[in-house]
Amino acid sequence: MASYLLIESRDPFESNDVSYYYDLAAGLVKDGNEVTLFLVQNGVLPARKSTRSGALAGLVQSGVKVYADDFSLRERGIAAGRLISGVKPAPIDTVVDRLAAGDKTIWH
Amino acid sequence: MSDKKMFTIVLMDAPYENARATTAFRIIDAAVRHGHTVKVFAYEGAVALPFAKQAPHANAVHGRDAAQEDHPNPKDWIAAMMQAAEQAGGKLEWINCGLCVDERGVGEAIAGVTRGSPADLWKNATASDNTLVIPTK
Amino acid sequence: MKVLNVIEVAYRATIEEQDDTVVWITHAMKGAGADLTVLLRGNAVSYAVKGQDASGLSFGGKTQTQPPHLDDDVAKLIGKGVDVYVVEDDVAERGLERSELIAGLKTVPRNGLAKLFAGFDQIWHW
Repeated sequence: MASYLLIESRDPFESNDVSYYYDLAAGLVKDGNEVTLFLVQNGVLPARKSTRSGALAGLVQSGVKVYADDFSLRERGIAAGRLISGVKPAPIDTVVDRLAAGDKTIWH
Repeated sequence: MSDKKMFTIVLMDAPYENARATTAFRIIDAAVRHGHTVKVFAYEGAVALPFAKQAPHANAVHGRDAAQEDHPNPKDWIAAMMQAAEQAGGKLEWINCGLCVDERGVGEAIAGVTRGSPADLWKNATASDNTLVIPTK
Repeated sequence: MKVLNVIEVAYRATIEEQDDTVVWITHAMKGAGADLTVLLRGNAVSYAVKGQDASGLSFGGKTQTQPPHLDDDVAKLIGKGVDVYVVEDDVAERGLERSELIAGLKTVPRNGLAKLFAGFDQIWHW
């Protein structure tokens, strides 16, 4: 099986295509792959606990490793204590590390 | 085996239009600081990122003159990352898609930027350890 | 190296460019020997609709003489031996029947994408 890095720059408040990407992440994990979801730009917005965080929380439960770009969080005034359980702040270097590890890397 | 890698990164966004260009620069900067080699293929609007004739400006809304405003021009960030890459033992190569340059009239690029074609993208991608396409919308 | 080109952005600057620029670059890289497959998803499934017509635009009397022919461009990729997939769910959600689409397409259900991706070294999402 393979390792995937899925970078999500969009948010479900503005784009209804985010559900396709979250479903893809879940499907890849279900098929036995290792999946990292890196939220960046407005993609971090659903990581702040809200009525629209359920789908992201479901991904964490399904085994996707979910990280939120620390700069994007700070830029939007989202403190670490406001994140849903299981989403970890991470530096942009995470993307470089996963690229270096050979993850199939996809930007949405 | 060296832990230094080579990545091909495809960009499409013009400067000053959305957050993707900034995030792309953050990824490139992180990669070159780690000593990796990055080959950028700039497609579509991204060919304007290293345009040599970008100029800073003052900001009357904030009451800042040009010096105080220190307005970023992406060309300067690219030049700085090229230098940082060399200092870290890697390299940042920037290839502008030639037809995209022609139609936008941005042929004057900063030093170190070269002109290429989709064949260069494929050649670099196959020679790289990994590829990241950052599309536009 | 086998690459899957996922195309989802549709009709972005296609009049000015006279092409979809990702369909175009796929043609160009194929010509340079690339091993590429294409997946049309989201609104880009519309590129497979037969009979699209973007002709007739004129600004200040200056007419566009070479409008894009996106369905032909996709068909020509198939003709060059590039497998072109469309996401079945995206086609159906847009009220499209298979008979309205160009010939030679392969289909994949949305819940089959993970398995499709497994067959490629890299996934380039445009």
